[in-house]
Amino acid sequence: MSTTTVDVAAPTPAPARLAAPGAPAKIVVRDFNFHYGEAKVLHGITLDIPRNQVTALIGPSGCGKSTFLRSINRMNDIIPGARGEGLIEVAGQDVYAPNVDVVTLRRRIGMVFQKSNPFPKSIYENIAYGMRIGGENDKRVLDEVVEKSLKRAALWTEVKDRLNGSALALSGGQQQRLCIARALAVDPEVLLMDEPASALDPIATQKIEELVYELKENYTIVIVTHNMQQAARVSDRTAFFMLGKLVEVDETRTIFMNPKEKLTEDYITGRFG
Amino acid sequence: MRHFDKEIEHLKELLLRMGALVEDQINDSIRALLERDTAVAQRVIDSDSAVDSMELEIDQHTIELIAMMQPAAVDLRFVAAAMKITPELERIADLAVDVCERAIELNREPQLKPLIDIPRLARNAQDMVRQALDAFVRRDPVLAREVIARDDEVDLLTEQSFRELLTYMLEDSRNISRAIRLTFIGKYFERMADGATNICEMVVYLAEGKVIKHQGNESS
Repeated sequence: MSTTTVDVAAPTPAPARLAAPGAPAKIVVRDFNFHYGEAKVLHGITLDIPRNQVTALIGPSGCGKSTFLRSINRMNDIIPGARGEGLIEVAGQDVYAPNVDVVTLRRRIGMVFQKSNPFPKSIYENIAYGMRIGGENDKRVLDEVVEKSLKRAALWTEVKDRLNGSALALSGGQQQRLCIARALAVDPEVLLMDEPASALDPIATQKIEELVYELKENYTIVIVTHNMQQAARVSDRTAFFMLGKLVEVDETRTIFMNPKEKLTEDYITGRFG
Repeated sequence: MRHFDKEIEHLKELLLRMGALVEDQINDSIRALLERDTAVAQRVIDSDSAVDSMELEIDQHTIELIAMMQPAAVDLRFVAAAMKITPELERIADLAVDVCERAIELNREPQLKPLIDIPRLARNAQDMVRQALDAFVRRDPVLAREVIARDDEVDLLTEQSFRELLTYMLEDSRNISRAIRLTFIGKYFERMADGATNICEMVVYLAEGKVIKHQGNESS
């Protein structure tokens, strides 16, 4: 991967810009690099992701935003030859430290994917599954978590009368909200969303966006999206990636109204070519 | 309620707050003029910066709404209306300041004549601004059109007041400076009514998506 075609200044934002006013950092990233075998796909990423806010990652295809997202809960570990270096801390814990249990880590850092992937089980079991494998078998506790999670994911009223029905019978938007409910069931601190609405129609998309907006009250959310308008609508902060580098990160309103970098401006105004 | 609806509601509240401020400014400017109260006039002049900062705040908010929420249809018309109503309100408040500046100047000399047409003109303008804001809040095109219709009456009063003041000027050249100041004041109130008319045109646009300004009639 060549990085010489576009002059992206080394991303060393001043501390003042890193600090998100009023919100302490939940995720701290310092000089993080990532490689797929020989290819270096992330270059010295440094940013703070504030607690209880939505941070959107935007950028053209192949810019590294999804790789970065998946680095946060080590979803990239399963790819042969993939390795990260540098620091990613979630709530003060280095996620790449040798003693980290990846399963526990992913429990704390939930993930929702582009294509909804419910288990071929009942709606109820989809939510309860994570609890069960965590050793919870008390039906009352499970009932409670199922209801709470579905409510948080704004799905409860639509499915409460058919909890034992198959999850696969739900619409695409409902399935995606079910996956969000499933992620919430294990009580994560951080929710990573990889284009959670890109396969959905506008109405379902709007529901997901409203949901994201509400969820930030209790969770720290990082969302990758190809849809810049979506980033503008749902996020508090936006990070613009290009060619594996972080070009600019700032409050979303600043990024969309008056970005500092010309590259950012060109991208969000559709002037790339 | 959509998160976006809350933003729209907030924008509406800001506009109403600005509108209330502007109504107070008009009211005080009329009082300063009729009661020859320089202190009140000065207060209006000093309060103008509050209106100005509301304009800046609303501008900021509308631009943000467009950037972040990409409003469409009636939402877009609302944001567009807000962007056009705000400067009208700001201008109306500036006119209240102008009235007060002339009033202070007039207070340095004896009263030229008892004011008859100008107070009527002023009350009309004040009423129109208030009703324009009501029409906006209620998104009421019927009320908006009623306000627009009243503009002719205001124009007539302005003309009438000017002709009367002209007689004072012709009679004695020492009256000229005061008569001109009063003529200006008449014009300021007439311009406030024009502002109310412009606001109402935006209300019709907001409610019906129909542009009625510069059309002569509404045959479009």
